[in-house]
Amino acid sequence: MQHQLLIGYADRQTFLNRLSGSTKLLCFVGLSVIGMMTYDTRYLIGIMLFSLVIFHFSKIKTREISFVVSVIIGFSVLNLVMVYVFAPHYGVSIYGTEHLLLGSNQHYFNLTTEQLFYEFNLLLKYTFAVPLALIFLMTTNPSEFAASLNKIGISYRVSYSVAIALRYIPDVQSDYRTISLAQQARGFEISKKAKFMTRVRGGIQILLPLIFSSLDRIEIISQAMELRRFGKGKHRSWYMAQKFKQNDYLALLVVAGLIILGIWLFQVNAGRFWNPFKS
Amino acid sequence: MQNKQSNSIRTVVATGIGAAVIFVLMKFVAIPTGIPNTQVNVAIGFLALLGAIFGPVAAGLAVFIGHALNDFVTYGSPWWTWVIVDGLIGVAFGFAKNRLKIDSGVLGKAKLIWFNIYQIIVNFIGWVLLAPTGDIIIYHEPANKVYIQGITTWIVDSISVAVIGTILLVLYAKTRTQRGSLTKER
Repeated sequence: MQHQLLIGYADRQTFLNRLSGSTKLLCFVGLSVIGMMTYDTRYLIGIMLFSLVIFHFSKIKTREISFVVSVIIGFSVLNLVMVYVFAPHYGVSIYGTEHLLLGSNQHYFNLTTEQLFYEFNLLLKYTFAVPLALIFLMTTNPSEFAASLNKIGISYRVSYSVAIALRYIPDVQSDYRTISLAQQARGFEISKKAKFMTRVRGGIQILLPLIFSSLDRIEIISQAMELRRFGKGKHRSWYMAQKFKQNDYLALLVVAGLIILGIWLFQVNAGRFWNPFKS
Repeated sequence: MQNKQSNSIRTVVATGIGAAVIFVLMKFVAIPTGIPNTQVNVAIGFLALLGAIFGPVAAGLAVFIGHALNDFVTYGSPWWTWVIVDGLIGVAFGFAKNRLKIDSGVLGKAKLIWFNIYQIIVNFIGWVLLAPTGDIIIYHEPANKVYIQGITTWIVDSISVAVIGTILLVLYAKTRTQRGSLTKER
């Protein structure tokens, strides 16, 4: 394996590990939805600082996440550049004022404070959830994750599908790697050096065995589950399920407070944008 | 032979394994197109097969889970509008199941042409109409940027389904026993 793509769970013995999976799931989804809606810079910075502080407590090492973080930064920068290329006046149309920094009114590409401010907001929106997501991924046991999905009201069949997906991703990955090496040994080039069509053809040569072996696997697993009478009862108990403790209620309360603050800011700003240019 | 019960188990398993395969394909077999966040997506070709075999529920949920997990570990948080649109496209591909009847082992040219027209329309509705509109309403991104992304995705995804999806469908149909392949001896 060239680099660790799947950042993994480990028991790091912090209070975040001891929170129940349902709590962490609810907190993450709640905060990411409110952050997705709002364009209030102060609020986004606040959430970002909050999640960075929590991240500090989670004892996750920089080495474990450096690759993921660099991918995310690259993706954000590309997007920001693209937004600027396609809509250099978008900030002006949102905030309603124009403060020129570079260029003149006549040019398509000019730089306004509004545009910079808008893109800064976008950057915050792309990145604010990253520490939260990393905390969630790296402190939640995958087996417990399915149990917590079921706990927050998703049907146990769907939860079980998620559990199967998480369980079999490593298997499918290793299958993929084995098939890929075998096909490369037979002379199919799939690296960046090859031409586009060669790569596509090589890709298909890997795809076919992978997909047909996965279809076989579906048959085998569903027969095994049927023999164990999966799906006969209305409910299902989970080995990894955790009871809510005092800390869980506390965390939910804090996050609920933050979400209410976010909704209250919609009212204060009379919309989703906070406009510092209008005095 | 197969009652309702075992079908529902098969759906659960197909969703899980399908999501795992989609996740791995999105992660490893992605060929960038040059426009940020759009790549030649091999996974969607597999999605066509998954829908044709297991139906709308399995295909829709599988791509929803697979895409969300992939976004989660690649970008930190899922880009919900696109994840949801992908799920809807999976559901739409699943509806082709009754028309294609792939388990009967017969997959003529007429069915393949119909399926390809259907998938191009489905992809158009998903990527050119729904996904960019969602981006504008929910994420407040500039219109022409998201439409460029949407149109590129529409084109590459349609081609991907037309090539990879069709190949997979034909090959899978060949592995099934053809209906009416047995004749009674007199």
